[in-house]
Amino acid sequence: MKLPLFPESASTFAPDVDHLLFYLVGVSVFFTVLIFGAIFYFAIRYRRRSDNELPKPIHASLALEIAWSVIPFGLTMIMFAWGANIFFKESRPPKDAMQIYVVAKQWMWKLQHMEGQREINELHIPVGRPVKLTMTSEDAIHSFFVPAFRTKQDVVPGRYSTTWFTATKPGKYHLFCAEYCGTKHSGMTGWIYAMEPQDYQAWLSGGRSFGSLAENGEKLFQDLACGNCHKADGSGRCPSLVGLFGRSVQLADGRFVNADEAYLRESILQPNAKIVAGYQPLMPTFQGQVTEEGVLELIEYIKSLVPPPAAGTGTTPAEINVNPGVATATPSNR
Amino acid sequence: MNTAAIETQENYLNAGYGLKSWLLTKDHKRIAILYLITITIFFFIGGIFASLIRIELLTPQGNLVSSETYNKLFTMHGIAMIFFFLIPSIPATLGNFFLPMMIGARDLAFPRINLLSWYLLVIGGAFAIFAMLAGGVDTGWTFYTPYSTTYSNSWVIATALGIFVSGFSSILTGLNFIVTVHRMRAPGMTWFRLPLFVWANYATAVIQVLGTPVVAVTLVLVFCERVFHIGIFDPNLGGDPVLFQHMFWFYSHPAVYIMVLPAMGVISEIISVFSRKPIFGYHVVAFSSMAIAVIGFLVWGHHLFVSTQSVYAGLVFSFLSYFVAIPSAVKVFNWTATLYKGSISFATPMLYAFGFIGLFTIGGLTGLFVASLGFDVHVTDTYFVVAHFHYIMVGGTIMAFLGGLHYWWPKITGRMYPENWAKLSAAIIFVGFNLTFFPQFILGYMGMPRRYHNYPDEFQVLHVLSTAGASILAIGYLFPMVYFMWSLRYGAVAGANPWGATGLEWTMQSPPPVHNFDEIPVVTHEVYDYSTVVKEGVEVG
Repeated sequence: MKLPLFPESASTFAPDVDHLLFYLVGVSVFFTVLIFGAIFYFAIRYRRRSDNELPKPIHASLALEIAWSVIPFGLTMIMFAWGANIFFKESRPPKDAMQIYVVAKQWMWKLQHMEGQREINELHIPVGRPVKLTMTSEDAIHSFFVPAFRTKQDVVPGRYSTTWFTATKPGKYHLFCAEYCGTKHSGMTGWIYAMEPQDYQAWLSGGRSFGSLAENGEKLFQDLACGNCHKADGSGRCPSLVGLFGRSVQLADGRFVNADEAYLRESILQPNAKIVAGYQPLMPTFQGQVTEEGVLELIEYIKSLVPPPAAGTGTTPAEINVNPGVATATPSNR
Repeated sequence: MNTAAIETQENYLNAGYGLKSWLLTKDHKRIAILYLITITIFFFIGGIFASLIRIELLTPQGNLVSSETYNKLFTMHGIAMIFFFLIPSIPATLGNFFLPMMIGARDLAFPRINLLSWYLLVIGGAFAIFAMLAGGVDTGWTFYTPYSTTYSNSWVIATALGIFVSGFSSILTGLNFIVTVHRMRAPGMTWFRLPLFVWANYATAVIQVLGTPVVAVTLVLVFCERVFHIGIFDPNLGGDPVLFQHMFWFYSHPAVYIMVLPAMGVISEIISVFSRKPIFGYHVVAFSSMAIAVIGFLVWGHHLFVSTQSVYAGLVFSFLSYFVAIPSAVKVFNWTATLYKGSISFATPMLYAFGFIGLFTIGGLTGLFVASLGFDVHVTDTYFVVAHFHYIMVGGTIMAFLGGLHYWWPKITGRMYPENWAKLSAAIIFVGFNLTFFPQFILGYMGMPRRYHNYPDEFQVLHVLSTAGASILAIGYLFPMVYFMWSLRYGAVAGANPWGATGLEWTMQSPPPVHNFDEIPVVTHEVYDYSTVVKEGVEVG
């Protein structure tokens, strides 16, 4: 029987979290020894020697009270700042991160690469390259947890959440669902395969491809006849989608929203939630007609619609990418 | 005093013998006994579930019960233990029995409401037991949506209704305590002459009254969505699943302080009596209870660091969580300082108090771990969290409950428990507890998720250690059950004040008379003034 006592460290976050652990354990051992030591010493030194002893009362010491409030508080503020620093890093995926889409359902993980590879309960990634996951759930809340990477992110129905990591060591690592999701919760597990970049390329080209996400999205776009209204030149009854992703969009009520993944998803499933200024609420809902994977493919297709240079698509260059990074920087939170 | 005297002397126990004299009693002491019996039953129900969970986890394959059954076991373990044992535990039994006596009152402010609150717990408990017998519930004690409202095929509504009803028991107890402490203190019993157990129960009562209605509302909303499909939490119905977590933890985090504040109150009493000194920093310890009650309402979001809550909300909740840690730490330092130059007795209640400080210190320190954002991302929803909250709730609350029960047992029953058996079982419980839950910290950091029916092989050795510890712990819990029963008939007669303690409850006979005080006492001494009960060179007792 094996008895490992410490998890593998296989991402850039893992040493950060481990070092924080050492600090936390250090502070804890210090206080535990201090308190236990004092209790043992006092209990033995001042043990009751006769039944009618009456020790002198000692009521309080302001200096002591302040000391043992302020010193521990200072030490906890280090814990706070250190943990917050790691958390900030974990919530800001780098711009050049490799994108993977994750759809969770009872009780499996469906993972899609941009190039079209689909995986179930397995994810192959290259080491040394940041990987960003954009995730949603088809039913209950799940949670994407890779202990060797020290990362965990809930996967919530009705919204996108993101997480990212950079694997540092080739190997096979546990993927767990960490949020209780029903009968086979403990069966909702899988493996992350971190591979050397050349091995990853070989795996990519060796696997069966289902067409890239954007290509599949284009097919779906045609099947659903989205183009009847969303004409590329802006002449349709609905806004053009060219150059839309990442742009700031003015709504009928005067607000501006950033066209991120969450906005696109909502506009497909609940088109009347946000109406673009100058347009009528004509679009029917596609709730129930498009799967979560389908929505992701449509989003990738819309992302791929980049305006040709110097072509007039009704937007000025200044409007494009008004707010770069925001869509991807924080988990969707509405 | 001899055995014959205790039986002829009129007291609350021999004031009436019929079932009716118990079920319709308005005496806070008898109601406390009714509570004690009720929560002991739930403790053993929850304990049986825990035993089955630990036996199942001996092997990684999950081959004792089905996944469905396993999920119901940990759900019902949590529900029985939290809502029907830990939350009522100390306030409704020891608090009910001693709070009026400690402030020099003949009963609580509203004796009928006190009885009603026991009936509400029993009715709520009956719903929960019905749900368990009918097939059980599998949502986890946390009822996370949309699983609980849309996907679970189990007895969610009956269980939620049980918790809803029992919540009113908690609210009414809290209300009763607040009014009693404000209005019924004896002459001379100023706020700063209140024993710290009273302060702790007062702070707890504030949380009960302010927090419990929120969980009641939340459960009603779960009911509306599950039964009438009104979209509140399920995104398919237009709801927000994370909203549930905010509402649930707005109550359920302060609920941790409902469980642990009264425990801290018990420990303050025990430490003082068995070192025969006033608690060092009495005012600080009293106000720290109130600080915990208030700040405890501002930290709920630390349960949601990976839930898609905003990064900035996470930051604020992490920061505030460290504020609530300080008053708890300060209590531990003050208890330790109280021992300095004291007269330390190693009677059983003091052993439990030492055990409490040890386990609560570890539970509290690991609370600092999980309040740290980057650390919590890794360990949330793992066994690390399971270990952490068991150190607080079992290592903290149950140790204090047992300590308090031993401390006040002579007053409640008029009899002493067998000291050596009690010391032995305290030691068994301490060892068993640590062996059960310490390995779970390591399991959690290794990445073992909680609520897993089967698990990868590499976690097995630590799970086996944990189960071995749980077996020892279970035996430790059975001992007091047996010797307490034995002591009712065969225990030595206790007398009014066997410990040389200072509280007003020790000035009356054991067991106390029906109306506590023939004459309402006038308090002239400061709290924990041992010169009033112990005279150098004069026998105590």
